[in-house]
Amino acid sequence: MTAKTFAQKAIERASGVADLVPGQIVDAFPDLYMSHTASWRCIRTLEKMGVEQLYDVDRVAMVMDHLSPAMNAKTAADHALCREFAQKMGVKNFFDVNSGIAHIVLMEHGLVRPGQFIIGTDSHSTIYGALGAFGTGVGFSEITAAWVTGKLWVKVPESVRIVIDGDLAPGVYAKDIMLKLIGDLGADGLTYESVEFSGSYVEGMSVSERMTFCNLAMEMGAKNAFVAPDDTTLAYLDEAGVPRDELDILLPDEGATYRATVRLDGPTLAPQIAVPHTVDNVVGVGDVAGTKLDQVFIGSCANAKYDDLVIAADVLAGHRVAPGLRLIVTPASAKIMAQASDSGVLTKLIQAGAMITNPGCGACAGNGGAMADGETTLSTANRNFQGRMGSYDSKIFLSSPATAAASAIRGVITDPREIVATAVVA
Amino acid sequence: MGSEHRVGGKVITFGENVNTDVIIPGRYLVSIDPAELAEHAFEPLGPETQERLRASDVVVAGRNFGCGSAREQAATCLIGAGIKAVVAASFSRVFFRNAINTGLVAVESPAAAEAATDGGEMWVDYDAGTVEVGGQTFPFSPYPQVLREIMADGGLIPHLMASFAGGKQ
Repeated sequence: MTAKTFAQKAIERASGVADLVPGQIVDAFPDLYMSHTASWRCIRTLEKMGVEQLYDVDRVAMVMDHLSPAMNAKTAADHALCREFAQKMGVKNFFDVNSGIAHIVLMEHGLVRPGQFIIGTDSHSTIYGALGAFGTGVGFSEITAAWVTGKLWVKVPESVRIVIDGDLAPGVYAKDIMLKLIGDLGADGLTYESVEFSGSYVEGMSVSERMTFCNLAMEMGAKNAFVAPDDTTLAYLDEAGVPRDELDILLPDEGATYRATVRLDGPTLAPQIAVPHTVDNVVGVGDVAGTKLDQVFIGSCANAKYDDLVIAADVLAGHRVAPGLRLIVTPASAKIMAQASDSGVLTKLIQAGAMITNPGCGACAGNGGAMADGETTLSTANRNFQGRMGSYDSKIFLSSPATAAASAIRGVITDPREIVATAVVA
Repeated sequence: MGSEHRVGGKVITFGENVNTDVIIPGRYLVSIDPAELAEHAFEPLGPETQERLRASDVVVAGRNFGCGSAREQAATCLIGAGIKAVVAASFSRVFFRNAINTGLVAVESPAAAEAATDGGEMWVDYDAGTVEVGGQTFPFSPYPQVLREIMADGGLIPHLMASFAGGKQ
């Protein structure tokens, strides 16, 4: 038997075709079809096809996350269409505008499991690799086609291993590692490839940090990303209500073939920043420290999970947001928001001057938090493309939540280690 | 039938890593109408670029065209703008899928992309697997069978409807 990568095994399981090799194209049957705010487009496409019978309605998952709550009549009508469709078709996994970001909501609800093959109308569907699933983004027509036929064509990717050993210095986080990798490998460094993360740092990561990793792998063009399930994964799945006897974990074989192995040394890394207008335009925080900010956004499927909010609140403790700066915090999900409410994290953020919005994609998807001409935002999201947050003549920098919070205090891009050091002395 | 596989005309060139937010900004995703979307294609690059786009037939770009979001409208808006084919040094994987699934010819050919000139002419025959530009012909690997069938029917949804009508699965 030839040793296999995770991607080979996952696509073999989803397609029922044995001994796949990279480059081969097969029909795969996904375990879950996620559609977010794009769901209405799928429904309209289904209507156009004149089909009423779905392949397996229980594999349909809809989450109203990008434009929530609706800000105009058109979006409200789109949401209403989705609600009616879910009701009519018996879609159990329908999550309305109060739920949060699709990826996080589905994982919290036990709908993402190790070894599964999952497609979503969102490029950051690579995030499902945080729980050992094969997740990949597709267009809305493909989700509609999967609703009807249960399948889609998939090319078996080559695989790349990224190994990160050692601990990180204080003030340096999973986001900084990913920004560094994206800067080094480029926006197309891993196009069409499956990425497997490993190494002592990765083994020690929380599921939240694994989400940050697998989410941002997309910014190098990856088809999917993967962290091997372990006790940390199992504990998360327990909490999500997934029975252990239903798990069917897939792990890559020893000796599988990788196109490349990339290594990064954790302890030597400093906080990183992606500079406008591409995610792979990455520098150390020192290179852009002092850049004036109008807004800081802590949100998105990359970095608005509970631990991200805690990190931000800790940095902000005893400080106020700089005069004139807008700090927007958008928890990734209702569950995370409730947890942050219970623990007092939200209160701390509010007392520091933050504006808390409802859970969802928020400003990352251009829903609130827009910028005027000439303005600059530091964001914990995953994209800084021109015009993504308002004016085409505005700028987005990307960072970790710690760097974002530290920068909100000073009103300029700030190395979080300076604020933390001050706090310790005080 | 051969002529249906040959598309082309006037070229508009772009650089590397052209992302989906530049191709079609997120604020316009409330529409799926190709003509309406075309109004806003490449809006961040300004009206001059948009005007040239509408007067062109082939988009030529460097590496990683269509990187970023999974938004299918990044392909649809080009179709609405009258674009027949996109030839790039490479594509992001989601854009490539969306192009095929919406019936937009997408060809990866670094050499042809390099040889193209803004305002010049380019023709793509996706059945033969050739790109003609500046008197030169560049071969590329023809689409795999499954993609050819989708393209032949004008995209994924028309392809499925045709196969249902034909009683195939």
